[in-house]
Amino acid sequence: MTNGWTDVSNADVILVMGGNPAENHPVGFRFVMEARRKRKAKLVVVDPRFNRTAAVADSYTPMRAGTDIAFLGGLIHYAIENKLYHDEYVKLHTNAPFLVKEGFDFAEGYFSGWDGAAKKYDRASWQYETDAQGFAKVDPALEHPRSVFQLMKKHYARYTPDAVANICGCTAEEFRKAAAVICSTGRADRAGTILYALGWTQHSHAVQLIHTAAMLQLMLGNIGMPGGGINAQRGHANIQGSTDMGSWNNLPGYLKIPRANMATLDDYLKANTPKPLRPNSLNYWGNTPKFMVSLLKAYYGKHAAKENGFAYGNIPKPGETENYGWGQFFDKMHKGGIEGFISFGMNPVANGPNTPKMLDALSKLKWMIVVENFETETAAFWNAKKLGGKFYPTFVDPAQIQTEAFLLPAACFAEKDGAFVNSSRWLQWKRAALPPPGDAKPDQEIMSRLFLAVRDLYAKEGGKAPAPLLEMNWDYTNPRNPSLEEVAREVNGREIAGGRQLNGFGELKDDGSTLCGNWIYSGSWTEAGNMMARRGQDDPTGLGIYPNWSWSWPANRRILYNRAAANAQGQGWDPLRTPLRWDGERWRGDVPDYKADAKPADYGAFIMLPEGVAKLFAADLVEGPFPEHYEPVESPVPNPLHTNVSSNPMATVFHGPLDKLGDAKSYPYVAITYRLTEHFHYWTKHVASGSELQSNFFVELPEELASAKGIEGGDIVRVTSARGSVEGPALVTKRIRPLKVAGQTVYQIGIPIHWGFIGRVRGPLVNNLTPSAYDPNSGTPEYKGFLVNLEKA
Amino acid sequence: MQTVAKLIDTSLCIGCKACEVACQQWNDQEYTLGTFQNTYQTMPDLAPNFWNLIKFRETEIGGAQSWLMTKYQCMHCADAGCIKACPSPGAIVQLGNGIVDFNRDNCIGCGYCITGCPFDVPRLSPKTKKVYKCSLCSDRVAVGLEPACIKTCPTNCLTFGSRTDLQFLAAKRAEELRADGFAGAGVYDGPGVGGTNVLYVLKHAGRPEEYGLPKDPTIPWTVSLWKGPLKWLGNTVFIGGILTALFHFVKFGPKEEHHRG
Repeated sequence: MTNGWTDVSNADVILVMGGNPAENHPVGFRFVMEARRKRKAKLVVVDPRFNRTAAVADSYTPMRAGTDIAFLGGLIHYAIENKLYHDEYVKLHTNAPFLVKEGFDFAEGYFSGWDGAAKKYDRASWQYETDAQGFAKVDPALEHPRSVFQLMKKHYARYTPDAVANICGCTAEEFRKAAAVICSTGRADRAGTILYALGWTQHSHAVQLIHTAAMLQLMLGNIGMPGGGINAQRGHANIQGSTDMGSWNNLPGYLKIPRANMATLDDYLKANTPKPLRPNSLNYWGNTPKFMVSLLKAYYGKHAAKENGFAYGNIPKPGETENYGWGQFFDKMHKGGIEGFISFGMNPVANGPNTPKMLDALSKLKWMIVVENFETETAAFWNAKKLGGKFYPTFVDPAQIQTEAFLLPAACFAEKDGAFVNSSRWLQWKRAALPPPGDAKPDQEIMSRLFLAVRDLYAKEGGKAPAPLLEMNWDYTNPRNPSLEEVAREVNGREIAGGRQLNGFGELKDDGSTLCGNWIYSGSWTEAGNMMARRGQDDPTGLGIYPNWSWSWPANRRILYNRAAANAQGQGWDPLRTPLRWDGERWRGDVPDYKADAKPADYGAFIMLPEGVAKLFAADLVEGPFPEHYEPVESPVPNPLHTNVSSNPMATVFHGPLDKLGDAKSYPYVAITYRLTEHFHYWTKHVASGSELQSNFFVELPEELASAKGIEGGDIVRVTSARGSVEGPALVTKRIRPLKVAGQTVYQIGIPIHWGFIGRVRGPLVNNLTPSAYDPNSGTPEYKGFLVNLEKA
Repeated sequence: MQTVAKLIDTSLCIGCKACEVACQQWNDQEYTLGTFQNTYQTMPDLAPNFWNLIKFRETEIGGAQSWLMTKYQCMHCADAGCIKACPSPGAIVQLGNGIVDFNRDNCIGCGYCITGCPFDVPRLSPKTKKVYKCSLCSDRVAVGLEPACIKTCPTNCLTFGSRTDLQFLAAKRAEELRADGFAGAGVYDGPGVGGTNVLYVLKHAGRPEEYGLPKDPTIPWTVSLWKGPLKWLGNTVFIGGILTALFHFVKFGPKEEHHRG
């Protein structure tokens, strides 16, 4: 979240799209209700289903799954056409005035630079026109035909209310009604927020979708504002922390992973330290060397010295274009390219797409370790044919599977201390409520003991690349089970000489004199102690900022980009809702997202970007600088905007024998999968209370489709995709409306996740149905909007 | 002693069922599996081990699609039909704070309270032959805590407090909803039973049946008679019953179960 849960209560308009917070974030949803009670805020829901959030909303607009970019692009068009955008904000805080190089174009579904043979873009024409010093040229009046503003206006001119209705399936009138409320926040004294979740991230064009939402919020002047922002509701208690601490393509703190073409630390820093694109750009990522060197010192301790590039060589480096995202990783496993697999708190058989392929992939492993609270579908994958019954008729018998499977019992969240990082970016320290049962161990003990055992083997027997393990800094008081306090202090960072805990990332050095496990968490455990354990309830701004409650990354800042809530003179756009203002000498309010002692005119408001302003036009994403509506990989209609380029040309799709895609002829209905409030993912089917509240798998379908097929509520239906099938009772409802799309009637059906072949309550895995199609930027699978057939079983 | 009450603002209810779980947990209830009924509501009804139910109803009101979620439990009536109907002294009591509570040691399992309840709340357990219902967490309230359902409600749809305060709050919320475009918004508090200590704010107060609430809750006339003008008769019948049982015991010995099979 750019803002945070408590801040939602400052909103005038709350757009919920691609999420269902009443269902999936009921506790955070109290702030939505607070905004409605206190500010008379309007709650606008746009969703394929009239869901629990819609049930308490002011307005509901139906839409077809996978057409969000068309809807949001339509809103951008509506705001421009009706002059509802915040003109002064757009000129001051976005790259709308920037000039784009000659040669940039968009036609027939492709941006300029498309290489049809290589199936990728040359992004050269997506760059800014620059002057002799390398700074982007601008037209402050936004009139130049190659200004970002004019190009954007042209790009979205096609997204009229009628075009939106034709693609999304709502009526043009319904769209206009929603648009009038949403775009009413383009005024200085009104703020609107967007809440979204997996309904936006699980598409083959997901990152572009969220870019569209960010563009809309920038046009309306809502980024940086209390009650504004673009707010991702994270699904697990600590998934934000998991993202912050890195993944296969990010080191901690969103530092990019070194690639094979960056042989030395200098190569890496050169490739990943951006240069300012405007004279007034603070360009904070210019400090990348300090973050990276301090991280290497945390990793490799005394082995990291200036002479050896701080042991940079120890970090594994994938090839320049190599990808270990979910799809690629399990595809490699499926092809026999991976020997062993540790599944730590992850249940890929249940939560990955295309379960039949997932089962096959695990059966190709030599060994697999599952670390979990329960025996999961992944731990028992080898027995799927027996446990999963008719859904896996072709899966092999256990006797033919050579994978050696280990299940290590792990402590659950309530049996461990440590910090949860919530959607608001707050690091909240917690205490263990009770000891783990039986042989269950906390994660850090399992990891440490595995690590130490493997390192011993390398020390004794040698190996291909022993240095990364042998040189790893592991100087914890108890190396077999490091205390999380000790780890948290290391993550915060300290001066190596003397051991003083750092106050924040501003104190990091690139000379090897500081270490820091994650630069964005620096400040969370200072000399003053554990800032994450704070529970102060004071709120000096009156905006629900609570600066002394836990600790928020970065730098305890609660509203990201808060400098943009103020105008060129540093005064708030809305005097009643000002998170930050310049008093002539310093910034008052929230922790400034700006240089603390710099005057309002010194720098652009977006200090992390080389532009110094926010990007409406962004060359960073692989499929284009402006988001374009592309159909899901499986779609009931060809893209009404450009039939020949229907789905995202850059989508990650696999073509193996288990990766089949279906067409609308055989699979005429659009399906989405989602979660219910009564359950948490695939866990609570092991718990008595959750099992009581939703015991049965079911399939939601529109009344009209049910009557056409002679199906009544409670009848058992079979849903089939090109990958597999599920069966369960039909929930026949008015809450999913048939839609008119490109002249034809489209039915959508909804299938909740949560069941599987192990647990107190059981049911089919919905991912039997879902395709191996992914967003090319994030690697997230397309669970919203794929094709199925449905019949009475 | 102040009369306590619970306010349910249905306009803020998201049907998360957290109150159902909190009720189950605080009262140490046994979990049972839900059934599929073509709705998100999986527990079909209140039960001896399930005292707090959210009813889910898909409907259309004034042409607008509605999905109403309404928490349902004992209403803690001022003029409680269950107490009126109960023949066993002390089995059902109205506490000084207005809570209608069961004292199961005195319950004889006759089920008359079920007949007497205009809201169809008490449930007889075939296992224990006793009747069960929400106690408004009288044990928690006695030590200054709010009921478990209220403690857990994430959206502040539930409020606990003095009945006077909550009546004021309910009226204010209904007024806000009317100003917000819901002309029919109002308060539902069971006037037919002398007022209930559970108050509802409804967007469509004229149509409580859409929420699964009785339109005109009244105590059945048979029950009113039984504890009203005909109380002497009831007592006679009750005492007569005991005497008959005593006769039976004296004449034929203890009752034996003949159908063990």
